[in-house]
Amino acid sequence: MSDSIFLLEARDIQIWRGENLIVDAVTVQVPASGIVQIQGSNGSGKTTLLRALVGLAEIDEGEVLWLGKALSRVRDEMYSTLLYLGHKPGITGGLTPYENLIALCPETVSTTKSDENLREQVLGVLAELGIADRIDLPSVALSAGQQRRVALARLKLQQAKLWVLDEPLTSLDADGQHWVRQVIESHVKAGGAVVFTTHQPIKFDEVQVSTVSLALPS
Amino acid sequence: MIEGEPTAIEVPTPAAILSATHIVNTRAESSTVKLCLRFFHRDIKLAFRSTGQWLNPLLFFVIVVTLFPLGIGPSPNMLATIAPGVLWVSALLAMMLSLDTVFAHDFRDGTLEQIVVSGNSLSVIVFGKVLAHWVTSGLPLVLLSPLLGLMLQLPSGTYLVLMVSLLLGTLSLSFIGAIGAALTVSINQGGVLLSLLVLPLTVPVLIFGSGAVASVALGLGASAQLSLLAAIAALSVSLAPLAISGAIRMGVAASR
Repeated sequence: MSDSIFLLEARDIQIWRGENLIVDAVTVQVPASGIVQIQGSNGSGKTTLLRALVGLAEIDEGEVLWLGKALSRVRDEMYSTLLYLGHKPGITGGLTPYENLIALCPETVSTTKSDENLREQVLGVLAELGIADRIDLPSVALSAGQQRRVALARLKLQQAKLWVLDEPLTSLDADGQHWVRQVIESHVKAGGAVVFTTHQPIKFDEVQVSTVSLALPS
Repeated sequence: MIEGEPTAIEVPTPAAILSATHIVNTRAESSTVKLCLRFFHRDIKLAFRSTGQWLNPLLFFVIVVTLFPLGIGPSPNMLATIAPGVLWVSALLAMMLSLDTVFAHDFRDGTLEQIVVSGNSLSVIVFGKVLAHWVTSGLPLVLLSPLLGLMLQLPSGTYLVLMVSLLLGTLSLSFIGAIGAALTVSINQGGVLLSLLVLPLTVPVLIFGSGAVASVALGLGASAQLSLLAAIAALSVSLAPLAISGAIRMGVAASR
């Protein structure tokens, strides 16, 4: 083991899908506090790499370590302080944004807060995102961008040390993108870590970003 | 491939890394029962918002049973003989019809992978979800079955056994079937495969279920069959969630 322990580390991982090499010997090191940006064009395996980092994709070579221990052994330890927003937003069409959010962030619920406080808190975050008036509409009635915003509201509602975000800026307008950048920055300043994928680099003013670039597989 | 800048880390131990910041793990462990109930409520709510989900299996059950007297003829003796089998086969098929929706929607919109990475016990959540499936698709069949039995000239005195056998049977079918639903969750159009996988496993339930009703109709007791049905139900309710959660983990890992 190397001298420094990372919060999350992928060492030389290789992922095959049938005959295709999707991720080739990639190493990602996520420090206890900081941003790791996984960059690459469409089809370069960003999403697969990200899923492998959170244990949602099988790895053929290499290993993923959580605080220096093999992820497969300490999966629950990691999941207890992970916020993962994948390619699919995880928003159920039949439920309202409010119901979706309290179903997905139950940890917020189980604290001593009363229902009204909770609703207020959710309303506040949705207001920041400009969709407070949609809180009680069925989520199917929301546009892709609005659903994305509902999912992103979890960034402010759920307690987590590590955020793993797949294309957080997809289908967001300039305001939404600005909000996401700000929230990520303040999370890192508070001592959190963020890993995200993107096809165009995101600029951060005050925090350090390390970049992992993926090449298209040959 | 990577230029992760080797960030200098002052804190050497893993515990220190997690607690070095004020973002510590504040998630309260929700109790097992609460967790289970939360997903039970959620799925019941969803089922009643889309009428088709609970109405379709029920209508299917009614229509299939109604077709038999039309096809075979209204002779009361004949109908009474075939009634247990007809009711049971129709209930079985109606349950199969409703099974592929148990996890498919949650898989498609990403809820299932969120559940997997939430760190909560998957088998507890799955138990709540499958129980909700049974309440919305199995229980209505049980409640409606006496009416359809009447239509098929089922002898009086068999109705209680019919309902009890269906109650235990549909419960087992929900849990056994959910294993198949979880295994086929990442496959598009997995419905046919699901039936092929699950139907052979449901044969014992069908045999003992219709056997119980038939033997009461003949004046024999049904306690043997009902005991076996109860045993199957106990076994599937307690063990299936473990298999289902394993299958879901696999299914989620197989998707992109």
